[in-house]
Amino acid sequence: MIKKFIYLEWKSFSRSASFGVNVALKIVIAFLVAYFAVVFIALGVGVFYLLKDMNLDPLLSINKFLLYYFLFDLVIRLLMQAIPVLNIKPLLTLAIQKKTIVHFSVGKTALSFFNIIHAFFFIPFAIILLIEGYDIIGVIFWLSAIVSLIYINNFLNILLSNIDKLFVIFLGIIAVLGGLQYYNFFNITNYTVLFFNGLYNMKGLFLVPVLVLIGLYYVAFKYFKNNLYLDAGLSDKHDIAATENLTWLNQFGTLGTFLKNDIKLIKRNKRSKMTIIMSLFFLLYGLLFFSANTHQQPVMQILAGIFVSGGFLFTFGQFVPSWDSSYYQLMMTQNIPYKGYITSKWWLIVIATVVSTIIASFYLYFGWKVYLTIVVGAIYNIGVNSHLVLLGGAFTKTPIDLTSTSGAFGDKKAFNVNAMLLTLPKMLLPLGLYWIGIRLGNPNIGLALVALAGIIGFAFKDKVFLLIEKRYKIEKYSTISAYKQKN
Amino acid sequence: MIQVSKLSKTYNGTTVLKIDNLEIPKGQSFGLVGNNGAGKTTFFSLLLDLIQPSTGNITTNTIQVNNDESWKSFTGSFLDESFLIGYLTPEEYFYFVGDLRGQNKADIDALLLKHEEFFNGEILKNKKYLRDLSKGNQKKVGIIATLIGNPEVIVLDEPFANLDPTTVSRLKKIIKELSDNKLVTVLVSSHDLQHTVEVCDRIVALNKGEIVKDIETSRETLQELEAFFAV
Repeated sequence: MIKKFIYLEWKSFSRSASFGVNVALKIVIAFLVAYFAVVFIALGVGVFYLLKDMNLDPLLSINKFLLYYFLFDLVIRLLMQAIPVLNIKPLLTLAIQKKTIVHFSVGKTALSFFNIIHAFFFIPFAIILLIEGYDIIGVIFWLSAIVSLIYINNFLNILLSNIDKLFVIFLGIIAVLGGLQYYNFFNITNYTVLFFNGLYNMKGLFLVPVLVLIGLYYVAFKYFKNNLYLDAGLSDKHDIAATENLTWLNQFGTLGTFLKNDIKLIKRNKRSKMTIIMSLFFLLYGLLFFSANTHQQPVMQILAGIFVSGGFLFTFGQFVPSWDSSYYQLMMTQNIPYKGYITSKWWLIVIATVVSTIIASFYLYFGWKVYLTIVVGAIYNIGVNSHLVLLGGAFTKTPIDLTSTSGAFGDKKAFNVNAMLLTLPKMLLPLGLYWIGIRLGNPNIGLALVALAGIIGFAFKDKVFLLIEKRYKIEKYSTISAYKQKN
Repeated sequence: MIQVSKLSKTYNGTTVLKIDNLEIPKGQSFGLVGNNGAGKTTFFSLLLDLIQPSTGNITTNTIQVNNDESWKSFTGSFLDESFLIGYLTPEEYFYFVGDLRGQNKADIDALLLKHEEFFNGEILKNKKYLRDLSKGNQKKVGIIATLIGNPEVIVLDEPFANLDPTTVSRLKKIIKELSDNKLVTVLVSSHDLQHTVEVCDRIVALNKGEIVKDIETSRETLQELEAFFAV
C-alpha cells in the first residue's frame, strides 16, 4: 500500500504544471541543503573543541542552550515547515484502511528536511563526545532523547499548525525568557540544564521524551483519523461574509476598482494575510545589521536597507499575477486594460513600501545614516524592484490556491523557501552599486548611486510598463493553461 | 455578427476542432450540442481568446478576437467557476464586473432586482463568499453577471448543468427573453438536447470537432437530433 502512495506522490510531483520551475528550484534547494549540512557538521565537530578552549564543559554548555534551541526550532517549523498533504479525498472511498492513510501522511513528515538537518549537528557532536571518552551508554541515551525531542517538535508543529499566529506566542516566550536571563532576573536554563544533563547522567530519564514522543504520535494519529471526514478535517471552513463597498476608492476609476479587489483579496484569504505578517518581520530584519555590536560587512547594510521596506514587495509582489490565478479567465474576458491591472498592483506595492519606510523610522534610534540607508533602499524598491517583480510575474505560472482553507489537512504555509530564493537576484545590482561607492571612498556615494538607479527606474516607469504589458500579453495563453491545473 | 473561417485547433497532432465556415447573424440564439469532447468548450475558449487557434480565425463584429481586444466591451461570458472570484460576496462580484463594464451601482441593483426570482433568495444578502456557495448557486451568479452592461454577445457554456429543475425553467425564460431582443446574440452549449431546442433558433451539432448538423429549430428538430445522437 505504501508503495502505491509513493507512486501517487511521485506522479503528482512530476506532472504538476510548474514542474520545470520546481526542478530548477529543487536543485537550488539541494545545494542549500548540502551547504547547511556541511555547516552543521562543522559546527557539531568544532563546537566541542571551541568550548573546551574556552574552559567550559562542552556537554554542559550545549545542554544549557538546548531549551532555546528547541524553542527556536519550533518557531521556525511553525513558520516554514509545510505539512505534506496527500490528496486524500479520492482515497477515502477506496479499499484502503483509514489508519494506513493517516499513518502515511503523518509518517511522511518524519522525513522532512527540518528533522534531518539536526542529525548533521548532533551525530558528529555525539561521535566527538565518544572519542573524547564520555560514557557510551550515557551518550546513546542522551542522543536518543534529543532525537525524540526533535520529533516531538515535528508532531507539535503538525498539531499546532491549525492555529494561526501561534509562532508569535513562542517568539514572545523566547523574548521574555531571553530578556529575563540577559538582565539577570531569572535564568531558566539553570533549571532546564538539570533535565538535559540528566538525560546523560541518569539512566532511564531519556525514556521521558521517548514516551512523550510516542504519546504525541498517537495523539496526532488519533486527531487526523477522527478528522478524516468530509465534514470535519477535510471540510472547508465557511467564513461569515460582509459586503464592503470601499466607496472612497471610486474616485480613482478603474484603478480604484482593482485596488478595491486587491484589498479584499488580502483581507479575506489566509495566504495573503500571512504575507502581511511576514512583511512586518522584514521590518525587523535591519536590527541584525544595524545594532551596534555586529561585525557585518559595511556593504551588507544596503541589503538590510532594501529588505526593511521591501517585505511586502517580496512576499506579495513576487506572486503577481498568481494571486488572481483562480479567476484569471474572468480577467482575460473582461474589458480590462493590462495597464490598469498592473498599475493597481504597482500602487499597492508602492503604498506598502512607503508605509513600511514610515514605520521603519524607529531605526533613527541607530542614527540618521541608518535611516538614510533604509530610505534609499525604499527608493530603489519603488523605482526598480517593483518593476522587476511585476515583470517576473509574467513568468510565474504557479497557481496560488487561495481557498485552501480545508481543515486539518490543508497546507496553509504561504511563506516557503522557494519564495525566499526568488528574492536573491533582486539584491545583486544595488549591492554592486553600493560596493562601487565604497570603493570610490565613501558609502554615501554608494547610497547616491543606488538612489539614482531607483530614480532612473521611476522615470522610465511608462516605458517599462509598456514592456511588462507586452510580456503579459505574450505569456497570456500559457499562463491561462497553467492556471487551469490546480495543485 | 460572428464569423468563423478555416478555424482549427490541434494539440500534439490531434485535431480537436475544425470549422471551415460558420456564420452567426446578429440577434440569433445559437445552440451548440455534442457529446463530451466534441469541441464545444474549445470553440467558446477560442471565441473568447482564451486559447490560440492553430489555423484560421474568429471575428466578432468584424473584430478579429486574437488581434484586437475591443470585443471584450460588448461580450459577456461564463464558462465555469473559474470566472468567479471566490473571496468576494455575490454583491461585490456584481459591482466589480459592473465597474469594469462602466455600470454604476444603481444599474447593477436594478439588474439584480429584475432577477431576484432567479436567485431564489439564496444568493443576495446571505453572508457567504462565492467560494462557499454550492455549485448551482455559483452558476446562478456567473450567469447573471454575464448580463451586466447589456452585452451584444452572450456566451454560456453548459448553463443548464448543475441547476435544479425550477431554476432551469427560469433560466430558459431568461434566455428566451434575450433571444427576443434582436440586438443580442446568445450562444449556449449543452448536452441536453431538449433544453437547447427550447431556447435556440438554430442548433449546430459538433462531433469530434466537426460540424455534423446545422439546423433551424422547428417542431421536428428534437426528434432529428435525438435520432442522430442515438446509437
